[in-house]
Amino acid sequence: MENGILALVFYIFSGIIVGSGIMVVTLKNIFHSALFLVLCLFSVAGIYILLSAEFVAAVQVLIYVGAITVLMIFAIMLTAQLYSTSVRQSNEQVIPGIIIVVTLLVVTLVALSRTSWRVVSQGIEGQTTISIGKALLTTYVLPFEVVSLVLIAALIGAIIIARKE
Amino acid sequence: MIGLNHYLALSALLFCIGIFGVLTRRNAIGILMSIELLFNAVNINFVAFARFINPQEITGQIFTIFVITVAAAEAAVGLAIIILIYRQHKGVEVDRVNIMKW
Repeated sequence: MENGILALVFYIFSGIIVGSGIMVVTLKNIFHSALFLVLCLFSVAGIYILLSAEFVAAVQVLIYVGAITVLMIFAIMLTAQLYSTSVRQSNEQVIPGIIIVVTLLVVTLVALSRTSWRVVSQGIEGQTTISIGKALLTTYVLPFEVVSLVLIAALIGAIIIARKE
Repeated sequence: MIGLNHYLALSALLFCIGIFGVLTRRNAIGILMSIELLFNAVNINFVAFARFINPQEITGQIFTIFVITVAAAEAAVGLAIIILIYRQHKGVEVDRVNIMKW
Protein backbone atom coordinates (compact mmCIF):
# COMPACT_ATOMS: atom_id res chain seq x y z
CA MET A 1 0.00 0.00 0.00
CA GLU A 2 2.74 2.45 1.01
CA ASN A 3 4.80 1.38 -1.99
CA GLY A 4 1.87 2.16 -4.25
CA ILE A 5 1.53 5.67 -2.84
CA LEU A 6 5.30 6.24 -3.20
CA ALA A 7 5.18 5.07 -6.81
CA LEU A 8 2.22 7.38 -7.52
CA VAL A 9 4.05 10.37 -5.99
CA PHE A 10 7.19 9.50 -7.96
CA TYR A 11 5.28 9.34 -11.26
CA ILE A 12 3.46 12.62 -10.55
CA PHE A 13 6.72 14.43 -9.78
CA SER A 14 8.44 12.85 -12.79
CA GLY A 15 5.62 13.94 -15.07
CA ILE A 16 5.81 17.50 -13.78
CA ILE A 17 9.62 17.52 -14.14
CA VAL A 18 9.65 16.18 -17.71
CA GLY A 19 6.70 18.31 -18.85
CA SER A 20 7.98 21.55 -17.41
CA GLY A 21 11.51 20.73 -18.62
CA ILE A 22 10.21 20.42 -22.17
CA MET A 23 8.38 23.73 -21.69
CA VAL A 24 11.64 25.34 -20.50
CA VAL A 25 13.51 24.41 -23.67
CA THR A 26 10.73 24.97 -26.21
CA LEU A 27 8.60 27.97 -25.21
CA LYS A 28 8.94 31.11 -27.31
CA ASN A 29 8.59 33.53 -24.43
CA ILE A 30 11.78 33.28 -22.34
CA PHE A 31 10.03 34.70 -19.27
CA HIS A 32 7.46 31.88 -19.32
CA SER A 33 10.25 29.32 -19.59
CA ALA A 34 11.86 30.83 -16.48
CA LEU A 35 8.57 30.31 -14.61
CA PHE A 36 8.41 26.69 -15.82
CA LEU A 37 12.01 26.30 -14.63
CA VAL A 38 10.80 27.24 -11.13
CA LEU A 39 8.12 24.53 -11.32
CA CYS A 40 10.68 21.97 -12.54
CA LEU A 41 13.15 22.77 -9.74
CA PHE A 42 10.38 22.53 -7.13
CA SER A 43 9.47 19.05 -8.37
CA VAL A 44 13.13 18.02 -8.24
CA ALA A 45 13.04 19.04 -4.55
CA GLY A 46 10.06 16.70 -4.18
CA ILE A 47 12.12 13.88 -5.71
CA TYR A 48 14.85 14.60 -3.13
CA ILE A 49 12.28 14.25 -0.34
CA LEU A 50 11.26 10.86 -1.81
CA LEU A 51 14.94 9.85 -1.67
CA SER A 52 15.02 10.88 2.05
CA ALA A 53 17.37 13.81 1.44
CA GLU A 54 15.51 16.55 3.32
CA PHE A 55 18.47 18.88 3.69
CA VAL A 56 19.29 18.76 -0.02
CA ALA A 57 15.63 19.47 -0.80
CA ALA A 58 15.67 22.52 1.46
CA VAL A 59 18.91 23.74 -0.13
CA GLN A 60 17.37 23.17 -3.57
CA VAL A 61 14.33 25.30 -2.74
CA LEU A 62 16.36 28.05 -1.07
CA ILE A 63 19.20 28.37 -3.57
CA TYR A 64 17.75 27.23 -6.89
CA VAL A 65 14.16 28.44 -6.57
CA GLY A 66 14.94 31.36 -4.29
CA ALA A 67 18.18 32.69 -5.68
CA ILE A 68 19.18 31.37 -9.10
CA THR A 69 15.83 31.67 -10.86
CA VAL A 70 15.28 35.14 -9.37
CA LEU A 71 18.70 36.07 -10.80
CA MET A 72 17.62 34.62 -14.17
CA ILE A 73 14.33 36.56 -14.19
CA PHE A 74 16.26 39.70 -13.21
CA ALA A 75 18.61 39.22 -16.19
CA ILE A 76 15.66 38.51 -18.51
CA MET A 77 14.01 41.76 -17.42
CA LEU A 78 17.29 43.62 -18.07
CA THR A 79 18.01 42.17 -21.49
CA ALA A 80 15.11 40.62 -23.39
CA GLN A 81 12.53 42.42 -25.45
CA LEU A 82 9.60 40.72 -23.74
CA TYR A 83 6.42 39.84 -25.61
CA SER A 84 8.09 40.49 -28.94
CA THR A 85 7.35 37.21 -30.68
CA SER A 86 9.20 38.37 -33.78
CA VAL A 87 12.55 37.31 -32.29
CA ARG A 88 13.21 33.68 -33.12
CA GLN A 89 14.09 31.73 -29.98
CA SER A 90 15.48 28.55 -31.54
CA ASN A 91 18.16 28.20 -34.17
CA GLU A 92 18.17 25.99 -37.25
CA GLN A 93 19.57 22.97 -35.37
CA VAL A 94 16.19 21.69 -34.10
CA ILE A 95 16.04 18.55 -36.29
CA PRO A 96 19.70 17.50 -35.69
CA GLY A 97 19.19 18.31 -32.01
CA ILE A 98 16.20 15.98 -31.77
CA ILE A 99 18.16 13.21 -33.50
CA ILE A 100 21.19 13.63 -31.20
CA VAL A 101 19.05 13.78 -28.06
CA VAL A 102 16.94 10.73 -28.92
CA THR A 103 20.10 8.76 -29.75
CA LEU A 104 21.68 9.80 -26.45
CA LEU A 105 18.54 8.86 -24.54
CA VAL A 106 18.27 5.43 -26.16
CA VAL A 107 21.95 4.67 -25.56
CA THR A 108 21.69 5.77 -21.92
CA LEU A 109 18.53 3.75 -21.25
CA VAL A 110 19.97 0.61 -22.87
CA ALA A 111 23.16 0.98 -20.83
CA LEU A 112 21.03 1.46 -17.70
CA SER A 113 18.94 -1.62 -18.29
CA ARG A 114 22.03 -3.77 -18.87
CA THR A 115 23.88 -2.68 -15.74
CA SER A 116 23.25 -4.47 -12.45
CA TRP A 117 23.88 -2.16 -9.52
CA ARG A 118 24.76 -3.51 -6.09
CA VAL A 119 21.69 -2.02 -4.47
CA VAL A 120 21.56 -2.08 -0.67
CA SER A 121 18.12 -3.00 0.60
CA GLN A 122 18.11 -0.89 3.76
CA GLY A 123 17.23 2.79 3.56
CA ILE A 124 18.68 5.86 5.19
CA GLU A 125 17.79 5.92 8.89
CA GLY A 126 16.99 9.04 10.82
CA GLN A 127 17.85 12.59 9.89
CA THR A 128 20.42 13.17 7.18
CA THR A 129 20.88 16.80 8.19
CA ILE A 130 22.93 15.86 11.26
CA SER A 131 25.28 13.58 9.36
CA ILE A 132 25.67 16.11 6.52
CA GLY A 133 26.65 18.80 9.02
CA LYS A 134 29.15 16.52 10.74
CA ALA A 135 30.66 15.35 7.44
CA LEU A 136 30.96 18.90 6.08
CA LEU A 137 32.93 20.02 9.13
CA THR A 138 35.12 16.93 9.56
CA THR A 139 35.81 14.77 6.50
CA TYR A 140 34.94 17.35 3.85
CA VAL A 141 36.14 20.50 5.59
CA LEU A 142 38.77 21.26 2.93
CA PRO A 143 36.38 21.03 -0.08
CA PHE A 144 33.87 23.03 1.96
CA GLU A 145 36.34 25.89 2.44
CA VAL A 146 37.54 25.69 -1.17
CA VAL A 147 34.00 25.88 -2.53
CA SER A 148 33.28 28.91 -0.36
CA LEU A 149 36.37 30.59 -1.81
CA VAL A 150 35.19 29.69 -5.33
CA LEU A 151 31.82 31.24 -4.59
CA ILE A 152 33.23 34.52 -3.23
CA ALA A 153 35.71 34.79 -6.14
CA ALA A 154 32.92 34.17 -8.67
CA LEU A 155 30.65 36.78 -7.07
CA ILE A 156 33.41 39.43 -6.97
CA GLY A 157 34.26 38.56 -10.58
CA ALA A 158 30.59 38.91 -11.58
CA ILE A 159 30.43 42.39 -10.03
CA ILE A 160 33.63 43.47 -11.77
CA ILE A 161 32.51 42.07 -15.15
CA ALA A 162 29.07 43.64 -15.06
CA ARG A 163 29.89 47.13 -13.72
CA LYS A 164 30.11 50.11 -16.04
CA GLU A 165 33.55 51.39 -17.01
CA MET B 1 8.26 -0.56 -6.27
CA ILE B 2 10.34 2.41 -7.38
CA GLY B 3 13.99 1.41 -7.60
CA LEU B 4 17.27 2.94 -8.57
CA ASN B 5 16.66 2.46 -12.29
CA HIS B 6 13.52 4.61 -12.19
CA TYR B 7 15.43 7.55 -10.78
CA LEU B 8 18.29 7.04 -13.23
CA ALA B 9 15.84 6.95 -16.16
CA LEU B 10 14.20 10.17 -14.94
CA SER B 11 17.63 11.76 -14.68
CA ALA B 12 18.56 10.62 -18.21
CA LEU B 13 15.32 12.11 -19.57
CA LEU B 14 15.94 15.45 -17.84
CA PHE B 15 19.56 15.45 -19.06
CA CYS B 16 18.45 14.89 -22.67
CA ILE B 17 15.89 17.70 -22.43
CA GLY B 18 18.65 20.00 -21.15
CA ILE B 19 21.03 18.97 -23.96
CA PHE B 20 18.28 19.75 -26.48
CA GLY B 21 17.87 23.22 -24.95
CA VAL B 22 21.61 23.89 -25.08
CA LEU B 23 21.73 22.82 -28.73
CA THR B 24 18.71 24.75 -29.98
CA ARG B 25 18.26 27.91 -27.89
CA ARG B 26 19.35 31.21 -29.43
CA ASN B 27 18.88 33.27 -26.29
CA ALA B 28 21.91 33.04 -23.99
CA ILE B 29 19.71 33.08 -20.87
CA GLY B 30 17.77 30.14 -22.34
CA ILE B 31 21.05 28.25 -22.67
CA LEU B 32 21.88 29.02 -19.03
CA MET B 33 18.46 27.71 -17.95
CA SER B 34 19.05 24.50 -19.93
CA ILE B 35 22.39 24.12 -18.14
CA GLU B 36 20.52 24.35 -14.83
CA LEU B 37 18.37 21.42 -16.03
CA LEU B 38 21.59 19.47 -16.70
CA PHE B 39 22.84 20.21 -13.18
CA ASN B 40 19.55 18.99 -11.73
CA ALA B 41 19.73 15.74 -13.70
CA VAL B 42 23.22 15.10 -12.31
CA ASN B 43 22.05 15.95 -8.79
CA ILE B 44 19.16 13.47 -9.01
CA ASN B 45 21.74 10.83 -9.95
CA PHE B 46 23.97 11.70 -6.99
CA VAL B 47 21.14 11.62 -4.45
CA ALA B 48 19.70 8.39 -5.89
CA PHE B 49 23.08 6.64 -5.68
CA ALA B 50 23.55 7.94 -2.13
CA ARG B 51 20.16 6.47 -1.19
CA PHE B 52 20.45 3.09 -2.93
CA ILE B 53 24.14 2.15 -3.07
CA ASN B 54 25.71 3.63 0.05
CA PRO B 55 23.09 4.72 2.62
CA GLN B 56 25.52 4.79 5.58
CA GLU B 57 27.80 7.49 4.24
CA ILE B 58 25.82 10.11 2.37
CA THR B 59 28.64 11.24 0.12
CA GLY B 60 26.27 11.77 -2.79
CA GLN B 61 24.19 14.30 -0.89
CA ILE B 62 27.32 16.24 0.13
CA PHE B 63 28.45 16.28 -3.50
CA THR B 64 25.02 17.59 -4.47
CA ILE B 65 25.46 20.53 -2.11
CA PHE B 66 28.83 21.30 -3.72
CA VAL B 67 27.28 21.08 -7.20
CA ILE B 68 24.50 23.48 -6.19
CA THR B 69 27.09 25.94 -4.85
CA VAL B 70 29.13 25.82 -8.04
CA ALA B 71 25.90 26.20 -10.05
CA ALA B 72 25.14 29.40 -8.13
CA ALA B 73 28.61 30.75 -8.91
CA GLU B 74 28.20 29.76 -12.57
CA ALA B 75 24.84 31.51 -12.82
CA ALA B 76 26.25 34.71 -11.32
CA VAL B 77 29.26 34.87 -13.66
CA GLY B 78 27.20 33.77 -16.69
CA LEU B 79 24.54 36.40 -16.15
CA ALA B 80 27.19 39.09 -15.67
CA ILE B 81 28.73 38.10 -19.02
CA ILE B 82 25.27 38.12 -20.64
CA ILE B 83 24.59 41.65 -19.38
CA LEU B 84 27.95 42.74 -20.81
CA ILE B 85 27.07 41.13 -24.17
CA TYR B 86 23.73 42.95 -24.11
CA ARG B 87 25.53 46.28 -23.66
CA GLN B 88 27.84 45.57 -26.58
CA HIS B 89 25.39 44.02 -29.06
CA LYS B 90 21.94 45.23 -27.91
CA GLY B 91 20.79 41.62 -27.83
CA VAL B 92 21.62 38.27 -26.25
CA GLU B 93 21.26 35.97 -29.27
CA VAL B 94 24.38 33.83 -29.26
CA ASP B 95 24.56 33.42 -33.04
CA ARG B 96 25.07 37.17 -33.34
CA VAL B 97 28.05 37.05 -30.99
CA ASN B 98 30.64 35.70 -33.43
CA ILE B 99 33.56 38.11 -33.22
CA MET B 100 35.94 35.28 -32.30
CA LYS B 101 34.93 33.31 -35.41
CA TRP B 102 36.57 33.91 -38.77
